Parts: sequence; C-alpha cells; structure tokens
Amino acid sequence: MALPGIAIPDQAAAPKLQVTNLGVVFQGNDKTIAALDNINLEISDGEFVCLVGPSGCGKSTLLNAMGGFLSPTSGSVSIDGELVSGPDSRRILVFQEHGVFPWLTVEGNIGFGLAKLSRSERAQRIAHYVELVQLQGFERSYPSDLSGGMKQRLQVARALAVNPDVLFLDEPFGALDSITRVMMRGELLRIWQAERRTILCVTHDIDEAVQLADRVVVLSSRPARIQNVLTIDIPHPRNISSPRYLTLRDELLKMIGLAYEI
Amino acid sequence: MKRSRQENLLEKWLLPLVAVAVLLAVWHYSVLMTGTRVFPSPLSVWRGILELLHKHVLWADISDSLRRVVIGFAAATVVGVPLGLCLGWFPSLHQVVNPVLELLRPISPIAWIPVSIIFFGIGDPAAIFLIFLGSVFPIVVAAASGVSSVPPLFRRAGRNFGLTNAQLLRRVIFPAALPQILIGLRISLGIAWLVVVAAEMIAVDSGLGYLVIDSRNSGKRYDLVVAAMLIIGIIGLVLDSVFRLVERIRSVRWGFRHAA
Ligand SMILES: Nc1ncnc2c1ncn2[C@@H]1O[C@H](COP(=O)(O)OP(=O)(O)O)[C@@H](O)[C@H]1O
Ligand SMILES: [Mg+2]
Repeated sequence: MALPGIAIPDQAAAPKLQVTNLGVVFQGNDKTIAALDNINLEISDGEFVCLVGPSGCGKSTLLNAMGGFLSPTSGSVSIDGELVSGPDSRRILVFQEHGVFPWLTVEGNIGFGLAKLSRSERAQRIAHYVELVQLQGFERSYPSDLSGGMKQRLQVARALAVNPDVLFLDEPFGALDSITRVMMRGELLRIWQAERRTILCVTHDIDEAVQLADRVVVLSSRPARIQNVLTIDIPHPRNISSPRYLTLRDELLKMIGLAYEI
Repeated sequence: MKRSRQENLLEKWLLPLVAVAVLLAVWHYSVLMTGTRVFPSPLSVWRGILELLHKHVLWADISDSLRRVVIGFAAATVVGVPLGLCLGWFPSLHQVVNPVLELLRPISPIAWIPVSIIFFGIGDPAAIFLIFLGSVFPIVVAAASGVSSVPPLFRRAGRNFGLTNAQLLRRVIFPAALPQILIGLRISLGIAWLVVVAAEMIAVDSGLGYLVIDSRNSGKRYDLVVAAMLIIGIIGLVLDSVFRLVERIRSVRWGFRHAA
C-alpha cells in the first residue's frame, strides 16, 4: 500500500503538533470577541484527535489557527518544531462537502495540489487515492454527479494526495445523512489506518469521537478553553457495545455536561 | 418515461409551431381586413425573402453585419473579462471605478452614434466601436460579480494547496467565476446584435441594418423591410443557440443547473 515518497511516520518522542498558550480575539465593529483562551495541546505523530464543544465555542477558529489561516492574538502553533505562520500544503483543512471544485473531475480534484509532480508521478498518485477512497470508475465524473459521501471522500483524497503531515477536518460529515455519516466514519478510520496521518477532527457527534479518536479534547463554551481530555484506550476495531466503550462514552457525555441517563 | 417524452415533444415543437402559425394567420388577416397598402402580408414578405436570397447583396450584408459583431464583441471580451476580473479581485479598485461604470452603463449605445461618427467617420470602425460600447459593460459587470461571489471556501482551499496569487486567479477564481462570465458574454452577444443593426442604419452603408433602412428609403419596399427584420431575428436566434452550446461544456455546466 505504501507509495514511494510517502514516509511512514515513526513514533517520535517530540510532539508532531504543539499548541502553546494559544489565544484568539476577534475585533468586531464595536466589541471584541474572545474565541480561544490559553489553549495548550500536544499531539503526537499519527494520532487521531477529536475536538468536541458547544457550537460557536471556537472549534473552527482553533483549526484555522492551527492551519495557519488565522494568526493568533497570543501564543503559538508549531508543527515539527516549526512555527505555523500561514497556509501550507503540509497541513490541509477539509471542510464540509462543498469544498470540492465543481469544475474539475474526480481526477482533477485529487491532482489539484500535485502540479509540481511529473505527469506519471501525478497519475500514479491520483490512481492510488482514487482507490483508497474507493472512487474507482468515477475518475472522469464531476462532483455534481457524486453523492454527498462521495464528494467528501473526494475531498479527503484531494487533501491526502499532497502528502500532508497533518489533516484538519472541520465537521467533515456534519452535512451528511446519518447512515452515510456512519459509513464515512468507517471509511475515515480505514484511510487513517492505511496512511497513518495525524488527524484533528472537529465533530459534534459523540459516537464519532469515541469510535475514531485516540484522544477526545473537550472544549468549554466561548472563549474555548480545554476543559477535559479523554483518552480512548480501546484498540481498533472497537466494539461499540463493550463495557469499556460504553463507560468512556458515558464519561464523555458527562464531561460535556449531558446526562447519560434520561 | 414514454409519456413524458411525448409531452416533451409536444411542448418543445408542436405548441411553438402552432403559436407561429397563429401569429402568421393573425398577421395575414389583419393585413387583409385593414386593406393596408403599406404593411406587407406574410406572403409578400416571404417573396421578399426569396428576392433578397437571390440578390447577392444579402450575403454581403449578412457577412458585413456578422464581421462587425464578431470584431466588436471580441474586443469587448478581450477588454471586459480581464477588467472585470481585476475589479472583482481588487475591491478597492472596484470602488474607485464603479461610479464611472455605473454612469456610462445606462447610456444607450445609440446615443453614442454621433460621437462615434465624430471619432471614426462613416464606416466599419464607427459601428464596431458602438458594438464594443454596447457589449463591454455587461461583460465587466458579470466578470466582477463572478469573482466576488466565488465562495471563500474555494479561495481557502486554493491557498491551502500553496497557490500564489496568480495561480489562485487562474486555477480557482477564473474557473469558479466562468459560468457567470459566460452568462455575461451571452447577454452581450445579444446586445451586440441589437446594436449592429442600429449602427448600420446610421453609421455605415452596408449590413442588415442598412438593408432595412435602404429598402424603405429607396422605393418604400416594406416587404423587404420586414423580410430583413425577420432575417435579423433568425440570425440573432442562431447566434444565441450557438452560444448556449458553450454552456453544455462539462467544466462549466455545474454553474448552469439552476439557470437552465
Ligand atoms: N472572522 C471572525 N470575526 C469575528 N468573529 C468571528 C470570526 N470567526 C468566528 N467568529 C466568532 O467566534 C466564535 C467562534 O466561532 P467558531 O470557531 O466558528 O465556532 P465553532 O466552530 O465552535 O462553532 C463565534 O462566536 C463566532 O461568531
Ligand atoms: Mg465550526
């Protein structure tokens, strides 16, 4: 499965991604909005971290700051010890399904970030990711002919194709119906296990978090602070009716402040 | 499936044909009943069309009109698309230029005829200039609004893949705005065809517009006037249909789903 040029990450001791005292304050017209307050987070290479928190608390802001789309008001973000100062193809942000380019085919979308590669390398890379996200047969199709789930797989493939160190997913399956969402969860897990990228995924789905993540970071309401970090120490594949799974799920619900007994 | 196809055939061909037939009948009987000597009946117009087709001037007139439209419209495209892209890309420039655009835009190209004759004299350049004026503004406006309505998501994705400004413009902004630009171009082509006829009535002495005015002035041949009008209408329709084919190209079709 490994492709030339794609390094298999080793579990280095230094964190892949380090967030230090990160704060973001937006300057509104008449008032200032503090979105992030003193966030400290270390994520190791190949880790899958889910971010959960009340809506409007600053989850997207956190991803934007980590991705370099937003310069922080205070503190810093560094990846592999290097300060993040702007958008870069070494870390790709994946949004909801509308992010794919409608004027390009599946191949065109996946190859979008590969302009620097030779033609044959590019074709090889595209073929690899078409297969990884199981869009074989749709190489020449346009996004308007794909379902929501396929578009989202396409967007993930486009992101992975440039061989990023870190993938940021902002409620990637939020716009999909619940059955597709559960299927996409399995797909994402399979892709992550095959490629072992570091993934940060914002979700509002508790089960998604407990099924996917190595760790779940729980954010407070705005301005977001890290309220809790829950380590999900269950190996994959996870049995969603095992006592351990249910315990962790309940714990997470409690952290968010939701009753798990009604 | 079969049923809907039949309905489609009915709606697409049969009913419009009926409408045309009704129009012709109303026209024919109105001419008969009013006993007008001036306005031609459909039949004499048909004979007029045949007469024009046999005279070689018609083809010369058509090709003169088309040449002017093609040159004027091409010039408007070459100037208007880049200008519109720039205005959409630099909102501050747009703010500076917009009042001038908004002032010039509502002035009918017809009003420019005297000015353009002063500039260019009687002849092709005057007509081409008028066509250019008539069609450049919708193109600029469409391109500018196409750029400014590109979803921020696309720009961010482009940036994320490390595109420079020039690359972002070429690989994201332009293709994302292209459907709107094409809509602007199609509107402009329609205007260009309207303007060429008007311009040829005054600023030159050939072309379909000249044919209309000349048929009236030399011998009050109203059958030929109406025949020329019909030919103008048919060519305009053909131009529009040809342009519509462009909207079927796969890389822009996504932008026409709702418009179509
Ligand atoms: N560019 C901005 N300017 C001003 N306020 C913003 C901006 N982006 C986000 N906000 C505000 O910051 C808060 C957090 O937003 P966001 O990170 O999108 O929340 P979440 O993704 O958790 O729902 C919200 O109150 C939002 O209104
Ligand atoms: Mg959000």
